[in-house]
Amino acid sequence: MSAVTRITGRALPLRGDDIDTDRIMPARFLKAVSFEGLDQHLFEDDRRADAAHAFNDSRYAGATILVVNANFGCGSSREHAPQGLARAGFRAIVGVSFSEIFQGNAAMLGVPCFVADAPEVERLQTLVERAPETSIDLDVASGTVTAGSLRIAASLPGATRDAFLSGQWNPTAMLLAQFEEVRAVARRLPYVAGF
Amino acid sequence: MAATLFHKVWDLHTVRKLPSGQTQLFVGLHLVHEVTSPQAFDMLRQHGWTVAFPERTFATVDHIVPTSSQKRPFLDVMAEEMMGALERNCRDAGVSLWTPESGDQGIVHVIGPELGLTQPAMTIACGDSHTSTHGALGAIAFGIGTSQVRDVLASQCLALDPLKVRRVEVNGRLNRGVYAKDVILTIIRRLGVHGGVGFAYEYAGSTLDAMTVDERMTICNMSIEGGARIGYVNPDQKTFDFLRGRRFAPQGDAFDRAVAWWRSMATDANASYDDRVTFDASTIEPTVTWGINPGQSVAVSERIDTSPDDEALAFMGFKNGSKVEGTRIDVAFIGSCTNGRLSDLEEAARIVRGHRVAPHVKALIVPGSQAVRRAAEARGLHEVFTDAGFEWRGAGCSMCLGMNPDKLEGRQISASSSNRNFKGRQGSPTGRTLLMSPAMVAAAAIAGEVVDVRAMLEGVPA
Repeated sequence: MSAVTRITGRALPLRGDDIDTDRIMPARFLKAVSFEGLDQHLFEDDRRADAAHAFNDSRYAGATILVVNANFGCGSSREHAPQGLARAGFRAIVGVSFSEIFQGNAAMLGVPCFVADAPEVERLQTLVERAPETSIDLDVASGTVTAGSLRIAASLPGATRDAFLSGQWNPTAMLLAQFEEVRAVARRLPYVAGF
Repeated sequence: MAATLFHKVWDLHTVRKLPSGQTQLFVGLHLVHEVTSPQAFDMLRQHGWTVAFPERTFATVDHIVPTSSQKRPFLDVMAEEMMGALERNCRDAGVSLWTPESGDQGIVHVIGPELGLTQPAMTIACGDSHTSTHGALGAIAFGIGTSQVRDVLASQCLALDPLKVRRVEVNGRLNRGVYAKDVILTIIRRLGVHGGVGFAYEYAGSTLDAMTVDERMTICNMSIEGGARIGYVNPDQKTFDFLRGRRFAPQGDAFDRAVAWWRSMATDANASYDDRVTFDASTIEPTVTWGINPGQSVAVSERIDTSPDDEALAFMGFKNGSKVEGTRIDVAFIGSCTNGRLSDLEEAARIVRGHRVAPHVKALIVPGSQAVRRAAEARGLHEVFTDAGFEWRGAGCSMCLGMNPDKLEGRQISASSSNRNFKGRQGSPTGRTLLMSPAMVAAAAIAGEVVDVRAMLEGVPA
């Protein structure tokens, strides 16, 4: 696991508030025992219903930064949604706000979800719609998004930011590091001890 | 210092502050199901980790089980493969699993409380966003993703950031025909679908005090639809009476000691909150959703007029200024972790008794667990439903999310007692969902269209 300090790439602007994980990854694609191939089914129903959907737009092919609006990833906790995005090559998401579960799931896959003010996000989306080839640069430490002459502040929750900078965004090893302390907590819980 | 239940439970379960700055929190109960766990067990194997506390881990199958026949092997090959993977993973790890053959299978959020696994002041995690349901008994319950399921399997811990606490107080008496479902839909409508992000919701007030544990589960269940990962109600005598005698609840004298501890963990009288909101129960009406998220709802008597979302109106086929009342339905679905418990079926049966489902409506009742199904049958409810033309099914998530054969077709409209009206949620990309209470679904099934259940309750003994 390595530190995530800077993400640079082209972006895909996806407009709309409250885009839920059922839309990102419809439930029928959860019928599997692995996450493989989920990148093929991102927004499958939305893309079929709308030829102009941003994920159908070849100008954004190869984008690694997704730019969304408010409450992205709400609803179901299915990790299949951020798994699909990560497997399709997305390295970071910038948005107005995220569902907590989605933001946490994405972080554990090494995909930071940056939060920025709504007008700034719209400016970024508009810029990318006009000039999809623009290279976007996300700096994790300073929480800055740079796109051509546009510079916006985009933050991560404090602990998440530090976890990315130190390369500790996948916590299992840390959780196992001092296992005696885990056993000690279990012993002090009345319901574990049997009252 | 005075503290909330949330903070007391958080502090008691904190293992340490991680180098990343997050808190390592011990998970008292880990509930597992077939959809979000196979990849987690695979990750464990890849790393050579084992399940740290198999005795605190319990599994069942709910999302993919067929409800017309639960006979193995399931006809759906992929569903059978997922079931098989769960059986192997649980057997290898020494984790208890309730299969359809066990007699105790059901929706994970229905069987946890039913078996007495869910207890006050416990931390609970499950790879499912409706884990918030367990907060109805005073547990602090987190919905998690699969990588976190891996973490809990490996370490019985989660790495988390702390939450703020909002007290959501509802006071007063609910009018007849108004249910817990209407209360939570009203709360989400006012606070918004992302109003709860960053918060745990502590539900309180005289309305919550008067509610049964089942009703509190309906409220806590949908916390996540308002953006709050956690919702809870402080444990009280109703909670203790609910738990007494259940299979995994403390027995004998231990139960009394448990009650004393549970009481001590409830929020202190003068605890402070990060935010407070209040609702007047007497103003809440039977509520129905009109849009594509659970915050887009109206009282059944009301017209849609809330700075409407054109995308939602177009998808649903409604116009600004129109009413949901009178909308012809194709399907009526009573079930889910929100409203698939015995009390939900009893209330629906009171409406249905002596009536027939409208000829154009496909109506199904899906009990939340095999135990709910048995208890309903012991009371003869299945006959009330089947006599009226409902299908009486086996236990599972069913048409709440359409991962089994129960799905909407095309643009069908379903009156549903479930929790999500997202586009495509019930298995058809163009299918439409109207969320409402089980009583309202029962009324809609009979009328063939959305109606005000209060009219049908006239003449039904209270």
